[in-house]
Amino acid sequence: MTVPIFLFYAFAVISILGSLGMVLNTRNTVTSAMSLVVTMVALAGIYVLLEAHIVAVFQIMVYGGAIVVLFLFVVMLLNLSTDEFRPGRQRLVKLGAMLLGLIVLAALLRVLTTALPAAQPIPEGFGGFAQVGIALYTDYVLLVEMSGLLLLAAIVGALILSKRKID
Amino acid sequence: MVPLEHVIGLSAILFMIGVLGVVTRRNLIVVLMSIELMLNAVNLAFVGFNRLWAVVDGSPSLDGQIFVLIVITVSAAEVAVGLGIVISLFRNRDSVDIEEVSLLKW
Repeated sequence: MTVPIFLFYAFAVISILGSLGMVLNTRNTVTSAMSLVVTMVALAGIYVLLEAHIVAVFQIMVYGGAIVVLFLFVVMLLNLSTDEFRPGRQRLVKLGAMLLGLIVLAALLRVLTTALPAAQPIPEGFGGFAQVGIALYTDYVLLVEMSGLLLLAAIVGALILSKRKID
Repeated sequence: MVPLEHVIGLSAILFMIGVLGVVTRRNLIVVLMSIELMLNAVNLAFVGFNRLWAVVDGSPSLDGQIFVLIVITVSAAEVAVGLGIVISLFRNRDSVDIEEVSLLKW
C-alpha cells in the first residue's frame, strides 16, 4: 500500500467519523459544526489526492472557513438548548432508512464489483490555477457571470430575511 | 493511484449520512449542515470521475472540477439564505425545531 492510498483511506475514515459525529451528536450544535469542519478538511485532503488542487483550496476556504463560521455565528446568536431525535413516526423513519440503506447497499455492491476503466495519466499542471482559470474564463464564462448574479441575489435575500422590519 | 470505486463508495456513504441527518434531526441548523454534507458527497463523486476521465481527445478536461466550484458557490448562497430563514424563524417562534413549522406539511 503506497502512501497516497493509505492517506486516502485515512481521510475517508476521518470524514465518515466527522459526519457521523455531526449527525448523531444531539447535545451541542457547536460540536456538530466542528465535526463538519473535520469532514470538510478531510474531503479537501482527498481532493488533493485526486489532483484537484484548486478545488481543495476552495473547499477549505469556503466550507471550512466561511460557511462553518456562518453556522457558528448563528448558533451562538440563537443560544439554542439541547436537541433530541424526532419523536413519533418511528416506524416510518425506520422503514425509510431500511429502504434507503438497501438501495445504497445495492449501489455500493454494483460500484465495487464493476471495474472502472483505469485512470489515464494526468497532463502537466492538471487542476492547477492556470488550467482551471483558463477553463473558467473561456468555456464557462457564462457560469461565472451567473454565479455572480446568484451571490448578489443571495446577499439581498439574506439581508431582507434577517431584517427585523423592512422599511 | 487512489481506487476510484472506493471514492464513489465513500461518496455514497457520506450522502446517506447526510440523508440520515435531514430525516432524523429536528434542529434546523443541523438539517442545513446535513444538506451541506450531501452537496459535498456529490462534489466528491464529481472530482473522482473527473480524475478518471482527466484527458478527453488528447486535451485535459476539467469539467468536473468546474462543476464543483459552481456547486460550492451555490451552496454558499444557499447557506446565507437558509440561515437568514433560521434567524427570522427563531425571531417569530423562539425555536428552530422543524416540528413546530409543519403548517405546509401533508
